[in-house]
Amino acid sequence: MSKDILTGLLLDEECSLTLGELSCACGVYAEWVVELVDEGILEPIGRDAAHWRFSGPSLHRARIVRRLQRDLGVNLAGAALVLDLMDEIGSLRAHLCVLER
Amino acid sequence: MEYKDYYQVMGVEKGATQDEIKRAYRKLARKYHPDVSKESQAEAKFKEVGEAYEVLKDPEKRAAYDQLGANWKAGQEFRPPPDWDAGFEFSGGGFTAGDASAFSDFFESLFGRGAHGGFAGTQQTGPQFRTRGEDHHAKVMIDLDDAFHGATRTITLHAPELDAQGHVTTREHTLNVKIPKGVKQGQHIRLAGQGSPGMGGGGAGDLYLEIEFKPHSFYRVEGRDLYLELPVAPWEAALGAKVKAPTPAGIIDLKIPAGSTSGRKLRLKGRGIPGKPPGDLYVILRIALPPGDTQEAKDIYRTMEQKLAFNPRARLGV
Repeated sequence: MSKDILTGLLLDEECSLTLGELSCACGVYAEWVVELVDEGILEPIGRDAAHWRFSGPSLHRARIVRRLQRDLGVNLAGAALVLDLMDEIGSLRAHLCVLER
Repeated sequence: MEYKDYYQVMGVEKGATQDEIKRAYRKLARKYHPDVSKESQAEAKFKEVGEAYEVLKDPEKRAAYDQLGANWKAGQEFRPPPDWDAGFEFSGGGFTAGDASAFSDFFESLFGRGAHGGFAGTQQTGPQFRTRGEDHHAKVMIDLDDAFHGATRTITLHAPELDAQGHVTTREHTLNVKIPKGVKQGQHIRLAGQGSPGMGGGGAGDLYLEIEFKPHSFYRVEGRDLYLELPVAPWEAALGAKVKAPTPAGIIDLKIPAGSTSGRKLRLKGRGIPGKPPGDLYVILRIALPPGDTQEAKDIYRTMEQKLAFNPRARLGV
């Protein structure tokens, strides 16, 4: 099988995951994902949990939150703040790279 | 195998209290957490600290480690003395860190191998037990070019796996994976069924690959947008010109507007990483000064000095 070329699913903005798929991909219970939505960390489209659709990058965010929670004992509000600050730092660094060269 | 000084790793004294050890761990874990740290080698440091804490936080393991003696130095060749752990009991399930499989040989020679993630405890369940295999996660480094044109990458993974007897072994696993055109930094690709095999007839887990760009020598990547710093001559900036500029898709002719200043940003719509919508290429002009190292160049600069009423510091009021 090592010689075959595998084509995966790119989890981009156009890709959409159901609550079940996202929970499964993070190895967590759906209730935990619901808490992330309640905290505003993830913003699915759809009127209720059964119809929620999460974008690909949600998976990345959810996995960071899970690691922060597990490794550092950060609560959800703290993790949401960390994510916002990480986004901000990310774009500041990118700008800095452009300016410094 | 090398001896590891867990106290040194944690930066605490040998006589530190459990509270002091906990505080040291909290601080180091924040400093080196791979998601937030910009320290080089953060991931390796984080694992090392996790391993040290795994031993020092547990009074039983700590006492056993301490009785190895105080004469060992970090990095020294180490072999556990026979019966070194007589009288200690490491209760099962003692591995609480997220990734016990990553612990060092030194740790494993003393405390045994950690049960890996989701497998802990599954042995006792009845014959009806079915479980889906674990998901695996890995990073894949790609070039900017790969995002532009798509590519195939060969990835070698070391995956812990349970053999038929229930022992954890490491399996080397080589995959050829298609990197689709238009990927962005931090995006994930999911390869269904490429994680650990399931147990009792359960399906295999998935493999998640996180895309990371290798730094490019002159483009900066931000999402799908690219930034390029383009040097221009003073007369090109002042008078306007048509110059050659590189883009990942090939060399183009770029019109520099007359009266451009250093730092001016020109946007080339749709010339960034392809996608829906494609990113843009931003060209940032930098005015490069010809050296005044020949008589001719000096004369030209002198002429400019005499003929142009130019004060670059006018805005500073001097």
